[in-house]
Amino acid sequence: MLELIVAIFIVLALILYALLGGADFGGGMWDLLAFGPRAEKQREAIADAIGPIWEANHVWLILVIVLLFTGFPRAFASMMIALHIPLAAMLVGIVLRGSAFVFRKYDSKDDAVQRRWSTVFGVASFFTPFLQGLTLGALTTSRIRVADGAVTTGFFAGWLTPFALACGVFALGLFAFLAATFLTFDTKDRPELQEDFRQRALGSGLALAPVALAVFLASKHGAPEMYAGLTRWWAPVLLVWTSLFALVALVALYLRRFALARFAAIGQVTLILIGWSVAQYPNLITPDVTIANAAAPEITLRLLVRALGLGAIVLLPSLLYLFSIFKSDKRH
Amino acid sequence: MAMSLAFHIIFAALGIGMPLLMALAEGMYLHTRQPVYLELAKRWAKGTAILFAVGAVSGTVLSFELGLLWPKFMEHAGAIIGMPFSLEGFAFFTEAIFLGVYLYGWNRISPRAHWISGVVVAVSGIFSGIFVVTANAWMNAPAGFKMMGGQITDIDPVAAMLNPASFHEVLHMTLAALAATGFLVAAVHAFFLLRDRSNVFHRSALGIALALACISIPLQIISGDVSARAVAGLQPAKLAAMEGHYRTQTGAPLLIGGIPNDDAMETDYAVAIPRGLSFLMTHDVNAKVIGLEEFPRDQWPNVRVVHWSFNIMVGSGMAMLALAVWAGWLWWKHRCLPDHKWLLRALVAAGPLGFVAIETGWMVTEVGRQPWIIYGVMRTADAVTPMRGLVVTFSTLTALYIFLAVIVVFLLRRQFLETTRPDPARSTEATDA
Repeated sequence: MLELIVAIFIVLALILYALLGGADFGGGMWDLLAFGPRAEKQREAIADAIGPIWEANHVWLILVIVLLFTGFPRAFASMMIALHIPLAAMLVGIVLRGSAFVFRKYDSKDDAVQRRWSTVFGVASFFTPFLQGLTLGALTTSRIRVADGAVTTGFFAGWLTPFALACGVFALGLFAFLAATFLTFDTKDRPELQEDFRQRALGSGLALAPVALAVFLASKHGAPEMYAGLTRWWAPVLLVWTSLFALVALVALYLRRFALARFAAIGQVTLILIGWSVAQYPNLITPDVTIANAAAPEITLRLLVRALGLGAIVLLPSLLYLFSIFKSDKRH
Repeated sequence: MAMSLAFHIIFAALGIGMPLLMALAEGMYLHTRQPVYLELAKRWAKGTAILFAVGAVSGTVLSFELGLLWPKFMEHAGAIIGMPFSLEGFAFFTEAIFLGVYLYGWNRISPRAHWISGVVVAVSGIFSGIFVVTANAWMNAPAGFKMMGGQITDIDPVAAMLNPASFHEVLHMTLAALAATGFLVAAVHAFFLLRDRSNVFHRSALGIALALACISIPLQIISGDVSARAVAGLQPAKLAAMEGHYRTQTGAPLLIGGIPNDDAMETDYAVAIPRGLSFLMTHDVNAKVIGLEEFPRDQWPNVRVVHWSFNIMVGSGMAMLALAVWAGWLWWKHRCLPDHKWLLRALVAAGPLGFVAIETGWMVTEVGRQPWIIYGVMRTADAVTPMRGLVVTFSTLTALYIFLAVIVVFLLRRQFLETTRPDPARSTEATDA
């Protein structure tokens, strides 16, 4: 029971990371892909949107990791061994992206240098989430095997499969869609920019559908247990809701109902991650490592759950405070 | 890993010290209403923001790296000392949120609320440092579990966190962060004051930074004494290596410098203060101090590295103490900011000393613990990942850290240089952002 609570918290942190950090990644992608007469203005809007809460967004990933190694130390150790290569590569992306962002923000506006950092930022915004999607996908492929606490399948298992690659692409598309949708809302006082981002949101949203289908089809062979999970009784319900949210988001974008589009996109991403988690349950690394057999001793879990409760009491109001200050334009 | 930690410890120490300076400056502004303190708080806030952003990146890398390089260590230690890491995560999160409020809230919330959020940033920064150091302390003085035939049982994360080494390590590291930041910042502003003695901005800055440095360094020397005696009890081999002390003896001399010689079991060419070590350890000149000979050779750390690092750390600490006494004496005599030319020059020269002490002190505690990763429980060699070609990961990460360090230095330098030619356009931009 306790391990389930910790696992739920991990999924929650992952969802928040996808929503907030994911939108940042997407922003980076659109920064790199900015084109047309308003390219510079688009970049400025992206930088404004990412700026204030950028620091907080990326702490969600740290939270996922510390919860994983405190609550499920064995699973953490196995993941870090089996997925050493893509994770190390992802870290390179995180460092490049972070430093490029800091550089752009705090250095003076020398155009040539700024442009180069923007490119680094954009490129890293592509391959970091790609590797994250790929890693998450690899965990469900059943290719990574663990026996007696040791990874037996080496360092290349799972993450080079078509399924994992499709998951990486899906993460990219999802974050791009999310960011563009958020940006339509953030640029509500600049109609031309809003129109630019609306087109991007519609484009990436439509492109997401075939990718999602590809992930699903690839899962039949690439991640059989996941596929089995997705075809259980509850799956159609979740699938219908997810598709509904996706559809609402697209229609709302089309009708320029941007607040609704943002809401639906948030719902869509949340449901995708919930669906993913439920389909994977109770495995952490399919099929050998589960939340039951990798869980830390009960006393650790109990303390962790308490710490999480306490942390939520401190953090949630603080976070709401930050959002409320930032979103209101009232000035003293 | 060592490389990443060596860099991270610098970001982290500044990340503890800078928000405190920033909050102090804004507090001074609220108290005195002199605009120069507000300008100072804003300038230091920018430095804090850069360090925090980079610290967040390097922290993310570290949390992965623990697993990527030491999966077996994390597998066993995760359940026992994951707790302080989780708490650190929360503290860090709180810091991130309120730093956001602080940086973007200059004109959005009341000055008082703004100052309080600065204080929250400073306090949570100190707390995240405390939590992480308890995890390191646990590696030196493992507690809160039992080993039964290679299996870990009876885990008690609270006991693990409050292990016997926690108190002195936390105290020593927190004060180190404050003193090192104080001296570094003092050095920067002393440098500008040497050019223009009447610059109010730099005078105020030096005042705050110097006060922090001068208050924390004497306390740090005392906490160093507490730490050394605690180490003598918990890890006598480490202490013996720190002191280059091979043979158990009564009335042991204090050896300074010299070349530890493992084969001859002697530290050659050292300056010896008769009975000094016995006195320092027990406050009794005739007490017996255990030497390295009591331990099997394969459980010795690298004596040279540990002894030299220890001497450098203590030397730096003493030099900073001397400076603090000098500055304090000048202040007491003249009742104003000490701006004697030679003191300023000495402060500039002493700028990096705090970080020299932190790095060497960290070497003492880490290298001094070898060959163990968890003292007396798990050897470092058993904890390392089975991944082949680790040197690739290792050098990549090291290169990344060097890259990060270069960026930080570059950006901070630019920020500091800007203070000499204040640009009205930029300061309004900072206010409105």
